[in-house]
Amino acid sequence: MDLAVILSILDATIRLSTPLLLACLAGLYSERAGIFDIGLEGKMLAAAFAAGAVAAISGSAWLGLMAGMAVSLATTLLQGAAAITLKGNQLIAGVAINMLAAGMTTFLGQTWFSQGGRTPALSEGGRFAPITLPFANELAGVPILGPIYSELISGHYLLVYIAFIMVAVTAFVLYRTRFGLRLRAVGENPKAVDTAGISVVKQRYQAIIITGLLCGLAGAYFSIAQGSGFGNNMTAGKGYIALAALIFAKWKPVPAMFTCLLFGFLDALQIRLQNFELPVIGVVPVQAIQALPYVLTVVLLAGFIGKAVGPKAGGVPYTKER
Amino acid sequence: MSAHRPLPRWADIALLPALNLLLAFLVSGLVVLLVGENPFHAIQVILYGAFGYGDGFGYTLYYATNFIFTGLAVAVAAHAGLFNIGGDGQAYVAGLGAVVVALALDQTHWLIAMPLAIIAAGAVGGFWGFVPGWLQAKRGSHVVITTIMFNFIASALMVYMVNRVLKPASTMAPESETIEVAGRVPQLRQFFSFFGYSPVNLSILIAIAALIGVYILIWHTKFGYAMRVLGANPTASRYAGISNSKMIMITMTISGALAGMVAINEVMGVQNRLVLDFVAGAGFVGIAVALMGRNHPIGIALAAILFGALYQGGQELQFVIPGITREMIVVIQALVILFTGAMEGLFRPSLERAFMLLSPEQKSEAIAVSTAKPES
Amino acid sequence: MNTQRPETAAVTAPANGWAIELEKINKRFGAVHANKDIDLKIARGTIHGIVGENGAGKSTLMSILYGFYTADSGTIRVNGAEASIADSRQALALGIGMVHQHFMLVDNFSVLENIVLGAEDSGFLKPSLSRARKELDRLEEEYALEVDPDAIIEDISVGQQQRVEILKALYRGAETLILDEPTGVLTPKEADDLFRVLETLRAQGKTVILITHKLREIMAITDNVSVMRQGQMVATVKTQETSPEELAELMVGRRVLLRVDKTAASPGKTLLEVQNLVVADDMGVTRVKDVSFAIRAGEIVGIAGVSGNGQSELLESITGMRDQKSGTVVLNGKPLSLEGDDGAARARQAGLAHVPEDRQRMGLVTTFQEWENAILGYHDKPDYGSGAFLDIAAAKKAAADQVKLFDVRPANINLKSSLFSGGNQQKIVLAREMEQDPDVLVIGQPTRGVDIGAIEFIHNEIIKMRDEGKAILLVSVELDEIRSLADRILVMFDGVIVGEADPATATEGELGLMMAGINKTAPRTIGIAEQGPLP
Repeated sequence: MDLAVILSILDATIRLSTPLLLACLAGLYSERAGIFDIGLEGKMLAAAFAAGAVAAISGSAWLGLMAGMAVSLATTLLQGAAAITLKGNQLIAGVAINMLAAGMTTFLGQTWFSQGGRTPALSEGGRFAPITLPFANELAGVPILGPIYSELISGHYLLVYIAFIMVAVTAFVLYRTRFGLRLRAVGENPKAVDTAGISVVKQRYQAIIITGLLCGLAGAYFSIAQGSGFGNNMTAGKGYIALAALIFAKWKPVPAMFTCLLFGFLDALQIRLQNFELPVIGVVPVQAIQALPYVLTVVLLAGFIGKAVGPKAGGVPYTKER
Repeated sequence: MSAHRPLPRWADIALLPALNLLLAFLVSGLVVLLVGENPFHAIQVILYGAFGYGDGFGYTLYYATNFIFTGLAVAVAAHAGLFNIGGDGQAYVAGLGAVVVALALDQTHWLIAMPLAIIAAGAVGGFWGFVPGWLQAKRGSHVVITTIMFNFIASALMVYMVNRVLKPASTMAPESETIEVAGRVPQLRQFFSFFGYSPVNLSILIAIAALIGVYILIWHTKFGYAMRVLGANPTASRYAGISNSKMIMITMTISGALAGMVAINEVMGVQNRLVLDFVAGAGFVGIAVALMGRNHPIGIALAAILFGALYQGGQELQFVIPGITREMIVVIQALVILFTGAMEGLFRPSLERAFMLLSPEQKSEAIAVSTAKPES
Repeated sequence: MNTQRPETAAVTAPANGWAIELEKINKRFGAVHANKDIDLKIARGTIHGIVGENGAGKSTLMSILYGFYTADSGTIRVNGAEASIADSRQALALGIGMVHQHFMLVDNFSVLENIVLGAEDSGFLKPSLSRARKELDRLEEEYALEVDPDAIIEDISVGQQQRVEILKALYRGAETLILDEPTGVLTPKEADDLFRVLETLRAQGKTVILITHKLREIMAITDNVSVMRQGQMVATVKTQETSPEELAELMVGRRVLLRVDKTAASPGKTLLEVQNLVVADDMGVTRVKDVSFAIRAGEIVGIAGVSGNGQSELLESITGMRDQKSGTVVLNGKPLSLEGDDGAARARQAGLAHVPEDRQRMGLVTTFQEWENAILGYHDKPDYGSGAFLDIAAAKKAAADQVKLFDVRPANINLKSSLFSGGNQQKIVLAREMEQDPDVLVIGQPTRGVDIGAIEFIHNEIIKMRDEGKAILLVSVELDEIRSLADRILVMFDGVIVGEADPATATEGELGLMMAGINKTAPRTIGIAEQGPLP
């Protein structure tokens, strides 16, 4: 394989990793605060729809993005009301959110736009354009490093850069700020937080608000950056892969980035490898590569390669009174 | 000690779920209003579509058959304290067992093919439940996460199997060979013309048998007793000498096998071949059914018929009221899960208060005893 | 009912004034009146003990003072000024700190992170952490509380963790420190260290409130002591002017039966033999180290020791609930195979019954009806159905018999088990285990959280079992209980049986020394075990 092929696979890797990474970081905030979130998929889907719909109507990608984040946030708060305030089962809340989003997006999409659940194709301004970084064109001619900079690093959507910046931001917030300290504490031992005079409920809501906003970015990426408009079930299980990545990364931000890149790479590879004959192995079934992230996560969970132990208080609603 | 006086049993079992369900329908009605349609008209259409004529009723029962299986799968696991989210995947892979046996025996008689296909589908579905169970019991991996992963693995596996293994070279469509008539599960319409062209078939008898079987299993066998001990208090079950790991593995296998029965209904009773995605989310409907039916076979039967009616009525709905698509049913289903499952506690405090106000003097003997001073 | 208030010794207004004054505090949890009209005054610069049985309302009262619960009515004054304490933050602001029975620490955080949690100076952690590090140095020096600020909590000992809790309170400027059952989880050495710290705190002018049910600790360290019983404050006295006997009487409301009526044991053949048992806890730490002993028919062997010295692990491994690393348990001459997570079933089949230490967590399924719990562990027996099926009628019959024999109240086998009182729940467990006619009965904490009336009943049943020729292994943290029931006492310390004593002749002091794992000749600075025998 020559450099151009490798670069194009890596370029696709970055594009495919971005929504995973945003959703994975979203899940990280929620789960580190002690709330299992299997509703990432639903929140992304709702955001993708809202972003696509508003961008189509208004012709503005920015309004679309804001709508996506707002709807994702509202969905998160609904989930939070069930899981935090009403102390309901967090897993069931997540399942409900996923289903609600799947039903509502198609239902409203069909009702409003009558295009089989799709939103209308976006005009120029309704979609985010790729950003060319400074000197990308000038440096393109430099051997090896030139193409890497101009093709791999430059020329992505704004949300791609935001996703990767968010990794550093999240790591900083988590380990270097008061908010992060309390967030981690509330996921490990909420009673310790409560006796220290901090409201567990407030802390958890703050965490899931970030989750909601990040899922909004992830969802918008599907419909108004990568795609041009919303399509039925557009997120196609990416929320679950993000969840798998979160577990695989043991709930840590930097490993989360590498895991999402790995899963994105597998995705890029399987597109590339359709009917592609590998030496020795022969044709690898695409399905095997598609299933790989899930298989890897199961193997990790089973403790065959390291051990994934989540936040201790995860999944348990906090009850103060005895 | 509880800070509230517990609700009377009937309120806990019937009133509270009914209120939650009502709320789910109310919100669904609001959604219908939101898109400018009349919710009452919608209900009318759904009811007529689901129960108003033979074909419709047959379809309702056909859907309900699937939902009974997946609902029971979720319920059996729930009694042992496990949340099996993988019904979809378990039912899907079970299709392999069903189709292989049916194709092999479709020159004989359905009375031979069906029992063997049930065993094969149960075995494959059971295996798909067993592995997450084994991982939970022996390796401590959370069964919720593994069953989610197994749904996706099943999906990839089945695409591969159908396209590369089962698909005859002559066809383009991703599906298996067609099962000959002799290997198919007989349709109810062969006996009762009332059901018109609806695909409800003898699988519904298996569903009824499964309902009864699960009832006996949970409340009248030693295994069911052990399952409930494990579900209520895993430390107590270890104290009682119950092998928690064995229980988890067996329960997940039973759960997976029950989900696998969907394959009998779909592959041998309706499609007569294995098609992609034949489960169509029935595994997730099972979660709603089990929650609504409070994990009891009677409740599950009723909830399955309700959802069957919604699915069938929903089909009808999109023809009669073009403004409403059948995805509305998925919304209702989600709201049912949300309100009867995750937000189950919504009405409880106010209901408890209401009951206390209604009968301030009514004290159960237990409360009286628990507060009484020890006499010396 | 015993509600008369004993003469409360007048505690005159102290020189330094009152740190805390509570007036007419009331708190209900549903039907339970946990605190009834509580009055309490605590002098500044003293160590004030609060004693009472489990469930007397001590922890509830202190949780109210710390703002974890809010009182239904009543007044709180801190340093003479009326205060409303709605949450822990306000309590901290008023200079009240609390060390909970179960530590409120985040296990995977460092000591420093735990200290600053909730008391951060600003949005960024760095300045807080470096200030805390400096402050910690000072506090460590002032109060001789050494601890590594960068150690991770789960890596340090329980005693060290408790220090972190104390440091946490001091870091927040606590003037009054509440300690809830602080020695329950400590080794005797750690307990001594703790008391030294408390004395230093008092010397520095801090006020300490010590909640405990151990009278010896009260006598050893406090200045004043208040006694609670069934949610009421029954007395406050100067420690110097009282005695353990008087306090015990105040706690339970009448003279304690220190001796149970029983005849001398006439032991027969050996029924239970434990040989070289080694057991680890959930964290993999060896808690039972090469323990061997034997129990004969018709005798009660009591295991005494400070809780946390391996007794729980010993009980759980003998009864098949916990894997043993090595060793053998021989029952009636035959070695028991206890491996696997269903070892308890084989132990039962062999004739070993088990009343667990924690009935709510192990011995009962509280959501089950009474009759369902009456067969727990025995549901596989042919008595309750042949083959795979459960004979519900037979189970209900057995339950009804048990309820009648053990006078479980209410006598309703269809009632949810969580609705029975603690004593009656314990009777349900005892009835089930004793009615199976086992050869060996293993009992952990038979009367924990059980009311007085039921205690007597339970003690008598245990003696009755012994007289029927059963071998009984009794583990209790209540030394008095062991002394009055056991025919032989084994003392366990740090996973080892350090000695055997005859309850008829051994003094409390001798036992206490053994429980502390100290040679009789070794000197001790602060002794909690030197109070001599109770009458």
